[in-house]
Amino acid sequence: MSKYIVSSSPHISSKSTTQKLMLDVIIALVPTVIASVVLYGFYPLFLLILSVGTAVFSEWSFNTITKRPNSTRDLSAIVTGMIFALCLPPVVPFYVAIVGAAFAIIIVKMLFGGIGRNFANPAVTARIFVMLCWAGVMTKFVAPIDLSDGANLFSYFTHAVNINLPDAITTATPLAVIKGATGNPVEGLSALDMFLGRIGGSAGEVSTLAVLIGGLYLTIRRVIDVRIPLLYIGSTVVFTAIFYANTDFVGEYVWSGLLGGGLVFGAFFMATDYATSPKSTVAVIIYGLLLGFITVIIRKFGSYPEGVSFAILIMNIVTPLLEKIKPRVFGQPKKDFVLIIKNKQAEREAKKALKAAEGGVANE
Amino acid sequence: MKPSKSKIFTNGIITSNPVFRLVLGTCPTLAVTTSAFNGLGMGLAATLVLVCSNALVSLLRKVIPDKVRIPCFVLIIATFVTLVEMLLKRFVPALYSALGIYLPLIVVNCIILARAEAFASTNTVGDSILDGLGMGLGFTLSLMTMGFIREFLGAGTIFVGSLGEIEFGATLGAMPDYAMSVFVMPAGGFLVFGLMMALINWAMDKYEQKRKAKLEAEALHIEESKRYLDEIAESEEVKVENLEGQEVEA
Repeated sequence: MSKYIVSSSPHISSKSTTQKLMLDVIIALVPTVIASVVLYGFYPLFLLILSVGTAVFSEWSFNTITKRPNSTRDLSAIVTGMIFALCLPPVVPFYVAIVGAAFAIIIVKMLFGGIGRNFANPAVTARIFVMLCWAGVMTKFVAPIDLSDGANLFSYFTHAVNINLPDAITTATPLAVIKGATGNPVEGLSALDMFLGRIGGSAGEVSTLAVLIGGLYLTIRRVIDVRIPLLYIGSTVVFTAIFYANTDFVGEYVWSGLLGGGLVFGAFFMATDYATSPKSTVAVIIYGLLLGFITVIIRKFGSYPEGVSFAILIMNIVTPLLEKIKPRVFGQPKKDFVLIIKNKQAEREAKKALKAAEGGVANE
Repeated sequence: MKPSKSKIFTNGIITSNPVFRLVLGTCPTLAVTTSAFNGLGMGLAATLVLVCSNALVSLLRKVIPDKVRIPCFVLIIATFVTLVEMLLKRFVPALYSALGIYLPLIVVNCIILARAEAFASTNTVGDSILDGLGMGLGFTLSLMTMGFIREFLGAGTIFVGSLGEIEFGATLGAMPDYAMSVFVMPAGGFLVFGLMMALINWAMDKYEQKRKAKLEAEALHIEESKRYLDEIAESEEVKVENLEGQEVEA
């Protein structure tokens, strides 16, 4: 008799924990961090360490002050800090990293109840917050280190730091160039440069190659729902082609929109946040398509260069609505809309008849 | 139970603060609090209208028919708003232009209409004036605090404004270079509003809890002392009995 164990469900347990998932995300971000150091020197790494430190410290001190159990051990604060630092331009002043990371953790995450209860992705919201705070410094970009053009190893320490010196080399991102362009949007830039990240842009998002390596790792480890980034990137490509169809350089607009901004990074690391992305298939499709649509609309018509982050924030807020689209419960019949409409009509007619009868009674 | 005069007055400032506790008048709260001076101006203008309209509504509360009371209230409020608007335009044109459309919109300010409907139409003139004054000051204080925070963080200045030819306010060294401009934008208004509301409600909850605990402790104390007194009384009775017994023996 005793070979059967009586226990309540669930009967299948998985070894995955929040901590392990977050560790996977951190591993997936490592190629991007390496790429940012190779391209812009050590200053972005300094910003990253500062941001991660602030994020962890904020979470720890919030928990201590409000007398909650310490939640920093699930590594999610480190992930938030890393993602936030990687979507900053490589030359921002250090206080931007500190204020942004603290905002992400305290206001977006902890005040709403901690991990899993945030209404929007903390890193995206913090990026928009610092963008609205200091638009001037957030739109200043620097060209990557070019070793063939007189740069030496020393410039890895000084490259991004001296942006405020008069002889600093600032550059525009491909997307900023596209905005005002009517002719060829990417004159003098090759797709390979953009793919490898030899362009101006935020520290983590320029190197599409590094982001894709991380994204592939997350997909193989089944940490993220790969349908979301694929749908997002796909719909952005389609909508860019549609919106720029009247220009002579549709192809150039499409691939610079794909590789020149934060699209791939945002799609893999920010749009897939568990707490703020939908689960059912129909909802995921709507989510992905609308992300792409809003991104293109904002890139073409918006006044801030924030297509990806605004799109993700807006769709994060819409997610609870999308979650109402529930999959059919196993075993239940499919919805027959014709029958539903017929039933409704019959109901309405019955009500009308009842009212008429009542009216008749009252008149008598 | 009829509340005391001081309770009517402080009600609007703390316990049912129109902005943070009743969440009324949110539109001017978010729109004009980009600086402390604008907040102060808006708050005082609304206070003036509130006190006057409360007094008049209370005076006419037995004359106004119930079915048309809302149009009557609006008419009374609009009269005073027009007066305040003319006064500001004449004496403080800078504030007049800063408040813009939100000044005539005081007519439909929820706080004023709500106090006319909920308080002035059923209370005496004196109480209504006190209530208007308390609510108005609560509104002014809230707006000024929000304006102060938003101005300090968003523009790096403290209480900048001008009355006629007098300019006042301070700019903090290099602060404007590092100011977080989101706070003078609408998004920052919502942010400060939400955070302050959370903070104040949290503090009020804590205060209520403490008050309840204190009351309970007091009740317990009273009970205990009663029991103690009873015990003493009992033991004395026993003593008296004993004494009587001894006397009998003797």
